[in-house]
Amino acid sequence: MQNFAEELRHAMVLILSGDRDLWEIVLLSLRVSVIAVLIAALLGMPLGAALAVGRFPGRRGVIILVNALMGLPPVVVGLLVYLCLSRSGPLGVLQLLYTPSAMIIAQVVLVTPIITALTRQTVETLNAEYAEQLRSLGVSRLASVPTLLWDGRLSLLTALLAGFGRAIAEVGAVIMVGGNINHVTRVMTTTIALETSKGNLALALALGVILIALAVSMTACVSLLIQRSDVEGLHHA
Amino acid sequence: MRDFAEQLHPEIEVSGLRIERDGKRLLDIDRLVLNGPGPLMILGPNGAGKSLLLRCLHGLIQPDRGVFRQDGREMGPADRQHQAMVFQRPVLLRRSVAANLNFVLRRQGFDRHLRGPRVAELLAEGGLDGKARQPARSLSGGEAQRLAILRALATEPELLFLDEPTSALDPQATQAIEALVAAAARRGVRIIMVTHDIGQARRLGQDILLMQGGKVAEQAEATAFFTNPESQAARRFLSGGLVI
Repeated sequence: MQNFAEELRHAMVLILSGDRDLWEIVLLSLRVSVIAVLIAALLGMPLGAALAVGRFPGRRGVIILVNALMGLPPVVVGLLVYLCLSRSGPLGVLQLLYTPSAMIIAQVVLVTPIITALTRQTVETLNAEYAEQLRSLGVSRLASVPTLLWDGRLSLLTALLAGFGRAIAEVGAVIMVGGNINHVTRVMTTTIALETSKGNLALALALGVILIALAVSMTACVSLLIQRSDVEGLHHA
Repeated sequence: MRDFAEQLHPEIEVSGLRIERDGKRLLDIDRLVLNGPGPLMILGPNGAGKSLLLRCLHGLIQPDRGVFRQDGREMGPADRQHQAMVFQRPVLLRRSVAANLNFVLRRQGFDRHLRGPRVAELLAEGGLDGKARQPARSLSGGEAQRLAILRALATEPELLFLDEPTSALDPQATQAIEALVAAAARRGVRIIMVTHDIGQARRLGQDILLMQGGKVAEQAEATAFFTNPESQAARRFLSGGLVI
């Protein structure tokens, strides 16, 4: 117990002293996950909205597939991205393996189904309310997508948050395609795994504290925003 | 040679309109001609097909069969661009009051610098001045319905459909809505409105259409309908009897 308290004290010293290695890892983690979530949002939001308002043969099957992909096993995604980016793979010429870009690609594959599925759900619910009114105002089904996305923006923030949570907490896929190389591809989760196995609990604990603080503060910000908007009547229930 | 009023108010003809669901005929109208320039009030019990008829006329529902003609030619998307509809429960965008109106004006091609004055004009007309920046969904029921009507009017429709716009409102809020509708009618907007309120039909209507069981039970000029109804359904409806 005394050891744990000592390690925790060291961890707090590392955080508060602005340890360069620690904050480099934190910033790389944030950079990789934020970029991955932005790319996944650019892909997933229009796709989710199109699934919500579009009517085409096989739509139900696509929705089931997207929902199923939300539970993609990260190591399988890591393996597939590894095979694509490895020297003999179809994208091997890009030489992205063991770079932050490879980690971004893996996270995009994991996060896009989450954002797509949650966007589809949000927009479909909103569209059930808006569809007749928008058609009456001369807005076609396709043209209604930006309106639905904008009016569902607060609920969609929750989708982004879920995607970010998945990305920042991801270990299996990023360690396979990133390699956990010091000062290059070492992120919070992979460092925690490595340092714990080496017995360097102070650094692992410091990163753990920051990871939890990030998750809690982001969730709190979004919740406050939604709560405030509920009062103003902007949130879509 | 048709007179000016007729040119402003084209004749709408519905023929062979049928909608069936689960073996039940919800709408069954052989022929219906709507040609009066003044507000037409559609009355009838629940399930008579009033709202369904409105949605069919506005093109929101595709009937099983039936033809809609405007001045003799089949009604198409271009005609429906000059129509607007206000629903029983106002559907407002999750934006400010002004943004709800701006949404329509932008689609209408209004220049950015003209939108502000037009929004202010519309809000003044609906008694909503001072509420421009308020979230639309925080308005009271009556205010929300007024905003929905103003937004519909912002499209400058020739034909405005209203589906029981005052059904959940108190007399004061109802009065404000009726004033808006009457003013629009005076400006030449043709009104077709569903209501359960016989008093409202008397106050606003120039023509009356009574529906029952998906069919037209009676169509008449308002004074004639209220003083000398021809059908048994109309007589029972006006005497306060249950028309099912």
